[in-house]
Amino acid sequence: CVFAMEEADKTAPSVTDRYYTRWYKTDMKGKPCEDHCILQHSNRICLITLAETHPILQNGRKIKNINYKISDGCSRLNNKVSGKSKRGGQFLTEFAPLCRITCTDNMEYTVFSCIRGRLLEVNEDILKHPDLLLEKPSTDGYIAVILPKLEESKSITNGLLTREQYEEVVSKRTSQQQEPC
Amino acid sequence: MLSLKEKDRPIIRKLLDAGCCGRCVLRFCCVGKYSSYQLSIEVCVALVVRMLFLRSSDPTQTEDPPSKKLKLETLQAGDDGGTETLTANAEPKVQSEICVACLGVLQDFCDQSYTTQVIIEVLFIFPKLHQSYILLLDNFMLITPGVKIQAVQFGLIFLLIIFQSSVLKSYMSFCIPQSGFEVSVGFTHAETDGDCHFLATTCSDCFKPTKNKASVFTRMAVVKALEKISDQKFLSNYPCPPVHPATRCTPLDTTLLHASVFIAGRYNKFSRELPQTPWVIDGERRMEGSVEELIAGPLLSSFRADGFNFSSSGREDVDVRTLGNGRPFAMELLNPHRARFNKAEIRQLQETINTSSDKIRVRDLQIVTREAMGRMKEGEEEKTKTYSALIWTKKPITHTDLDFIKNIKELKVDQKTPLRVLHRRPLAVRQRVIHSMSASFLDTHHFKLQLHTQAGTYIKEFVHGDFGRTKPNLCALMDSEVDILELDVESVDVDWPPAVPE
Repeated sequence: CVFAMEEADKTAPSVTDRYYTRWYKTDMKGKPCEDHCILQHSNRICLITLAETHPILQNGRKIKNINYKISDGCSRLNNKVSGKSKRGGQFLTEFAPLCRITCTDNMEYTVFSCIRGRLLEVNEDILKHPDLLLEKPSTDGYIAVILPKLEESKSITNGLLTREQYEEVVSKRTSQQQEPC
Repeated sequence: MLSLKEKDRPIIRKLLDAGCCGRCVLRFCCVGKYSSYQLSIEVCVALVVRMLFLRSSDPTQTEDPPSKKLKLETLQAGDDGGTETLTANAEPKVQSEICVACLGVLQDFCDQSYTTQVIIEVLFIFPKLHQSYILLLDNFMLITPGVKIQAVQFGLIFLLIIFQSSVLKSYMSFCIPQSGFEVSVGFTHAETDGDCHFLATTCSDCFKPTKNKASVFTRMAVVKALEKISDQKFLSNYPCPPVHPATRCTPLDTTLLHASVFIAGRYNKFSRELPQTPWVIDGERRMEGSVEELIAGPLLSSFRADGFNFSSSGREDVDVRTLGNGRPFAMELLNPHRARFNKAEIRQLQETINTSSDKIRVRDLQIVTREAMGRMKEGEEEKTKTYSALIWTKKPITHTDLDFIKNIKELKVDQKTPLRVLHRRPLAVRQRVIHSMSASFLDTHHFKLQLHTQAGTYIKEFVHGDFGRTKPNLCALMDSEVDILELDVESVDVDWPPAVPE
């Protein structure tokens, strides 16, 4: 049983494949190609990440700055949760900004929550190592962890696209010969 | 004699005026002489009242006016000795009223007929009782409102009087102390049920909300609240002396229980599709069977128990096997109708469990004490474990790529709460130690990894890194994406329960 894994491994499901469902939000807030990918665990916890088509990940861009301070009164770094019920976490709606990322070409992008839920943590590793976001956007370079309300855990994906739907949207873009973002 | 003193007189007066029965007066005066309580209730009262009229400091000398003189000899003659009824003028009338402190339990329910009734109920269920067991009448609780002085414990007095019963004595020829057999005698009193409820608003921090139907007003909680509340606050919420009860207590059915039996052992789990405890979500069973049910089945039927509580020294995931000597566990069997088994019978039970399923195996099965559970739980926090894991690597590897692994000793790992349990655990960083590791090459993308780690280390997350939230992790150490395909627990290093030679 141990060695039977060999052939299967070429396409062996990763941790993400095994435990998470991928959902997508494309053209966030109407901005072309600013696509987000939400990884939803079977226990309802969601990871917010950049989808592979996001402009930050294109054309060899480099990151100048990541700022979790989204307004004078609010920094996502101040988010503190305690206890099993995660009291104290900032409650987010779909269009709540998580952080602002500035690239070396001075393009600025805002990453949004995309779902309703309580913010558990933001990824502070990318502050120290922004390249993580570029190299591993779907794993170590995640942006934030959000816990939806128990009663909303199924409905939060209502406004999101499945992997298949996302791929359709993306292929329509290239066929319409839009400028790469 | 009653052993009451002159200094007790004002208290006696107050208690009698408040409506206490004779035995409760004795309790609140801290009379330690048990024989005093075993006098009949009428005699008790008479002697108590008599105390009020003694004039000298010597309790044996009386200067009573002749009309109130009571003959000591008559009083001490025994249970039904002709006691003169007291003249009514100055004495409080206590005999016919229900006692405000014991609600009648120490008045009516200690007499012969009630005791006999209880014993008959017990014997009806266990005809051979008189040959084997001692009756241990369980203490039961009664909150004594309004009187916050030290008193002789209520339950103790009840037992004292009951044990006097000649009916009971004839069945106590075979006494086995601490047999574990419990007879529960209780009373309800609807009239005063809500009396202590005001404590929930005045001392709300003493009362924890309960999820099941059980009452919030547990004995411990109420005692705690009574200690906390100030006298003034108490008096503003509750009349002192308390209101005279209009009704007496109702006796509850006598219940018979056997104290729980604890069975311990170690289990192996050979299946990767078996949860340790039943997997139920929203009332639906997600996977058939569980380790605890497979072990409990034969035990429940042999011990004829009503239910069980399963606990173990840590646990493993559904898809993880437990090999080696297995994981220590203990099972509390509730109300076993059969509690005594010899070593051969326990061995037989172990065999039965082992032949009933090939998914688990049990060893070192034995009966243990309740205290033993603590030893098992300490293993969960403190003892080490060893694992073996099947690792897949994205990058192709050679033998030499694995050499560095055996040189890693006492590796400190910071683990943020894994995402897969974060929905039900607090967010925190836990530092754990991986004491040592070794690796065996299998092929260019696989190897076997052995680890010896501190208790509480998340192995799967150490391997794949959990989105970088466990650092260091194997991906980083090997500079390649890696994943864990299989995990086995090789040993749980707890030296309990003691090994049972086969």
